[in-house]
Amino acid sequence: MNPAYRRYHPKWYRARMPIFWWLRRVSYFRFIARELTSVFVAYAGVLLLVQVRSVAAGPEALARFTGWLQLPPVAALHVVVLLALLFHTITWLHLAPRAMVVRLGGRRVPDVAVLLGHYGAWLAASALVVWVVVR
Amino acid sequence: MPETVTLEVRRYRPEEETEPTWQRYQVPFRREWMVLDALNHIKDHQDGTLSFRWSCRMGVCGSCGMMVNGDPRLTCATYLETLLPGPVRVEPLRGFPVIRDLVGDLTDFLTKLKRVQPWIVRQTEGPPAQGEYRQTPDQLAAYRPYAMCINCMLCYSACPIYELEPSFLGPAVIALAQRYNLDSRDQGREARMEVLSEHDGIWACTFVGECSAVCPKHVDPAGAIQRYKLEAVVAWAKGLVLPRSGT
Repeated sequence: MNPAYRRYHPKWYRARMPIFWWLRRVSYFRFIARELTSVFVAYAGVLLLVQVRSVAAGPEALARFTGWLQLPPVAALHVVVLLALLFHTITWLHLAPRAMVVRLGGRRVPDVAVLLGHYGAWLAASALVVWVVVR
Repeated sequence: MPETVTLEVRRYRPEEETEPTWQRYQVPFRREWMVLDALNHIKDHQDGTLSFRWSCRMGVCGSCGMMVNGDPRLTCATYLETLLPGPVRVEPLRGFPVIRDLVGDLTDFLTKLKRVQPWIVRQTEGPPAQGEYRQTPDQLAAYRPYAMCINCMLCYSACPIYELEPSFLGPAVIALAQRYNLDSRDQGREARMEVLSEHDGIWACTFVGECSAVCPKHVDPAGAIQRYKLEAVVAWAKGLVLPRSGT
């Protein structure tokens, strides 16, 4: 190549993504929080399985498990887990109408109806779990 | 109202410097001016070496997208007045390599766009005598929002995934693929699905949702991608339950 051309040859500048990119915008932070709280969702699932196992293992195991749940640090942790679960669930449900285009009778079902449907399903599932646990 | 407003413009002159720098310009303030008018004032009266892209000045060509105070915006549609008292920071669109000053290299987008065949694909063409392929208003409404895309690249600049994983197809490419998929005249859906269902296609998107928030044409690429995912999962599940249904 003619060295004279090199002077005008584009030398791209590529910016590096900062490690704290998710602090750049509120929406990025909300997104990261939604993704990270899924760890708590997994934890809640495991907790439920352990509870079911202790129920199956007999009253003694269940009492031990319930006793552990009542320890103040464990209870405090579970308040945090509950808040994280609520945050995750609500932000997740509010995304649902964007992904689902439901058509009924040739018309598009409004987003609010899709959202309320999800809330309804959530309530029904929660009621079922409560019924199974309390029964 | 102030007499003047300060613009801090990101400069990058590859023949002189290895890192971009900031340059301050003082421009007169006019109520009817957009950021692009201020940049053109600099170019015409203060510093002819400042490089940036623009064409139509009316939000149609999609050339003048830049980061204005950290947000991806069309500079021809952003009033200076809304950014007072300043200084107004203007940078090239995030996520693209910078060629010079405010000019980014968009080759990556154009290469990816071609891969999804953003045109009407027909398996069989009717004879011209048969006339045009007609559509009902409902069929038009199904894809029309996606046809509004002006390829301004604001959605790419808003997408952290594209910045972290440059191999990601990106919001506009997927929305434009959807534009043709939803067109009743098109028959290229399956060919596009091949590209879109790759690792760097729809599944790379984690639904940050900012692409739709910044779109000046309200295209909602994020919605398009999530709908696509849902459709792909339903098709996969159908294939699992009814393997011979041909889906």
